[in-house]
Amino acid sequence: MSSTTGRKSERLLNLLIMLLVQRHYVSKDRIREILYPDASTDAFEKMFERDKEELRSLGVPIEVGNMDAYFDDEPGYRVRADRLALPDIALTPDEAAVIGLATRVWQHARLADATTEAVRKLTALGVEVDESALDIAEPRLSADEPSFDVFWEATQERTPVEFDYRRPGAPRTTTRHLQPWGVVRYSGRWYVVGLDTDRGEERVFRLSRVEGEARKKGAPGSYDVPPGTDVRATAVRLAPAPSSGEAVLLVRRDAGIALRADAVSVEHDVSGPDTRTPWDRVRISRGGTGVADELLGYGAAVYVESPVELRAEVVSRLQAIVAGAEVAS
Amino acid sequence: MSMQPTGAKDQVARLLTLVPFLHARGAVRLEDAAHALGVPAEQVLADLNVLLMCGLPGGYPDDLIDVDLDALEEPGGDGVIRITNADYLARPLRLTPTEATAIIVALRALRGSAGEETREIVDRALGKLEAAAAHGTGTVQIDPGDTPGGPDVVRLEADLRQAAARHRQVRLSYYVPSRDEQSERVVDPRGIVTAHGFTYLDAWCHSAEAPRLFRLDRIAQATVLDSPIESDPEPPRDLGKDGFFPQSPETTLATIELDPAARWVVEYYPVHAVRRRRGGRLEVDLVVANERWLERLLLRLAPHARVLSPASYAESYAAAARDALSLYG
Repeated sequence: MSSTTGRKSERLLNLLIMLLVQRHYVSKDRIREILYPDASTDAFEKMFERDKEELRSLGVPIEVGNMDAYFDDEPGYRVRADRLALPDIALTPDEAAVIGLATRVWQHARLADATTEAVRKLTALGVEVDESALDIAEPRLSADEPSFDVFWEATQERTPVEFDYRRPGAPRTTTRHLQPWGVVRYSGRWYVVGLDTDRGEERVFRLSRVEGEARKKGAPGSYDVPPGTDVRATAVRLAPAPSSGEAVLLVRRDAGIALRADAVSVEHDVSGPDTRTPWDRVRISRGGTGVADELLGYGAAVYVESPVELRAEVVSRLQAIVAGAEVAS
Repeated sequence: MSMQPTGAKDQVARLLTLVPFLHARGAVRLEDAAHALGVPAEQVLADLNVLLMCGLPGGYPDDLIDVDLDALEEPGGDGVIRITNADYLARPLRLTPTEATAIIVALRALRGSAGEETREIVDRALGKLEAAAAHGTGTVQIDPGDTPGGPDVVRLEADLRQAAARHRQVRLSYYVPSRDEQSERVVDPRGIVTAHGFTYLDAWCHSAEAPRLFRLDRIAQATVLDSPIESDPEPPRDLGKDGFFPQSPETTLATIELDPAARWVVEYYPVHAVRRRRGGRLEVDLVVANERWLERLLLRLAPHARVLSPASYAESYAAAARDALSLYG
């Protein structure tokens, strides 16, 4: 570390101490006299602004107020001890152990560092964090989506975001404007929930479908999250509902392991569409568009008996492949 | 002289944690403090050299914070850090919004994957942290949800990580979707990696005699064996950097045309190159290690994907479709 860094650290820390130990607001003149004695007015203004900003980014709440009646318009500065310090958190040993585990959860460098920093502050309160005391396996939380950081920050600051989004099946992206309320993980994927200001309605977006950089557009704190908002409930409500239904299939012996694993029932050795192998009748409980995709993947190992719509979809999609191949050749 | 690049802001942050850390504990050795802060002892010493230049704004020698450097720097010193005159810095800073959210979300993730008993401990710890963080920041609207697969998968992941760290072989019972079969194999685990919302075990597979990725939710059973690994220990692949399947002599580059409805493939599978075509279509070069895998994928996508090359793949795909269609008479 260079000695300039050391001197700057000294100045920052002395500024903090000065504002903290005084009972009243400290005038700018006095700050300049004590901590920036050799600086020109311009240099002082610049350095003082930057120093305040750096302390604030560390979480130091610097308050600005009027000194008193004598110095009518001159602003003064102070830091209140009760707003600066972490309140006492009395943790039992098992709670401390759980918090120790939390440092290993994030697979996202910045948030892993932030968690470690939080634990260091708790340790500085006198809490002994013992990671080895508990025999539980911690989950790993990853956030690989490039737009995750922007939505995370925007949610906390309440800053509107603009981004390019591709809906499934859409040929091109559209630019969307959102007031993010929250970020939710569902089946291992992250979604953002908020007010879509172009449409004036709440919407949910999957972060992996955001193309390019998401951009903060607007000032922090420029909207409020509607009181009582439950972001998970909203995400579940807005996500397309999985339609349920039962399908009856004929499956070749030794095939369709994943279908059999959660089947409603399996009836062995039934008569099938051909005699190449024995067939089983497998009833599965699921519906929606995804089920035809899944069954098509099995090719000639699975035959759809019912419902007729599903059967018709599978047949017409197979016909489309065959027709396409004939055109090409 | 510094061990790592570190600015004045980081140094101040460290000191604001170090002073209360020492205050809560009385006598702490330099090495132990360095370990707790995650920096080399030399860095803590440099930090302490800054600290003793700080203090009350009076300008008298008594106003400065006192650090007993002799105990740390002299040959006969006991290596214990002693600080006096710094009572006003006795408490750590509040958690910043990012720190508070990061640790709370990590704990929520732990909660989502914990058993009944641990869940109760996590709830207590969360309650205390949320109360401490509630000042100033709003409620944390980030919800990691449950780990896909639940506590069983978390346990499995922890066991596999440990096996990798201890260089122990693992016997896997694994579902292979491209062959629709349950396989048994012995692997040398290398580590756990995530991509596209899924978690994988990277391991040397003795059946394939090659490195393979195993999706955790498709592992039906894993038994950690007493036998040590036989392949050379290697760190797991970085999927973000290396992609899924490094090209080997056994892989084929296939060119596929995707309609807009099938564009999501690009997000999920290892694509070598993507070219935009008219109507929102994409021409994609895919690395294919197993033709059955590709055939299955194309059937699922039907009729929104076509093979452009190699011609043999296009033919076998059409043949698979004809075969499946023939079942329906």
